[in-house]
Amino acid sequence: MIPTKEEMINALKIRQGERLQKKLMSSVVAVCGLGGLGSNISISLARAGIGKLILIDFDRVDITNLHRQQYKASQVGRYKTEALLENLKEIAPYTEFETHTVKIDESNALDLLKDADIICEAFDNAQCKAMLTNIVLEKMPQKYLVAGSGMAGLGSPNTIKTRKITDKFYLCGDGVSDVNDDIGLVSSRVMLCASHQAHTIIRILNNQFEV
Amino acid sequence: MVTINGESVDVAGKTIGDYLDTTNYDKRRIAVEKNGEIVPKALYDETLINDGDSIEVVSFVGGG
Repeated sequence: MIPTKEEMINALKIRQGERLQKKLMSSVVAVCGLGGLGSNISISLARAGIGKLILIDFDRVDITNLHRQQYKASQVGRYKTEALLENLKEIAPYTEFETHTVKIDESNALDLLKDADIICEAFDNAQCKAMLTNIVLEKMPQKYLVAGSGMAGLGSPNTIKTRKITDKFYLCGDGVSDVNDDIGLVSSRVMLCASHQAHTIIRILNNQFEV
Repeated sequence: MVTINGESVDVAGKTIGDYLDTTNYDKRRIAVEKNGEIVPKALYDETLINDGDSIEVVSFVGGG
């Protein structure tokens, strides 16, 4: 039996406080990339009761994603947008979701992201990360950007940090651990970075702007 | 002097583009912040670095 919308909102208010809950419920966050970062960030934000999530990814679930991304073995081969939407609806049935199965580039970014209060960069490719960062900060200067860089390997969890680069640009990760440097991506360390990003988004929405 | 990524560097008078050319940064992977503002990529070659500027070059690495 799925709880009613009112029951779920009440439970969130009990756990997180009514003032924060109202703010989260009225907020829109866009998650760009639904891999190890984006799928975990989306689930954190949906559980926290964000009003609307815009989920963007062009790719399909691959068997090599399952160790760190929030998909099920039964979802291999499906578009990540569709598979994650299915999983998120089971977790947070009353959250509003908008999905776009496209590759974000300079031609469509403004339109895809126009409704978002906060944009979360969660790509895996370094050039795509830089592209989105530059587009958002140049073309959408009123929006917040929370990006991730450096979470590969088995380095210390304590080197994953959140830094504030400009008034609107937050960067999470250790800044240096590239996916091609070492043994690749380990779920627990990617989740640390995803948690930094999700937590930073919630803090921004709660008007806590310093890291 | 100019502060770039926390280090004092003697590059006042150069453009961001000139400075980047002296480094190993891959321009496709970076975002540049100067005194709290992002520098548009198209303006790297005409943005002068002045004495006292604080600059951060964010160089993204892969993985996500």
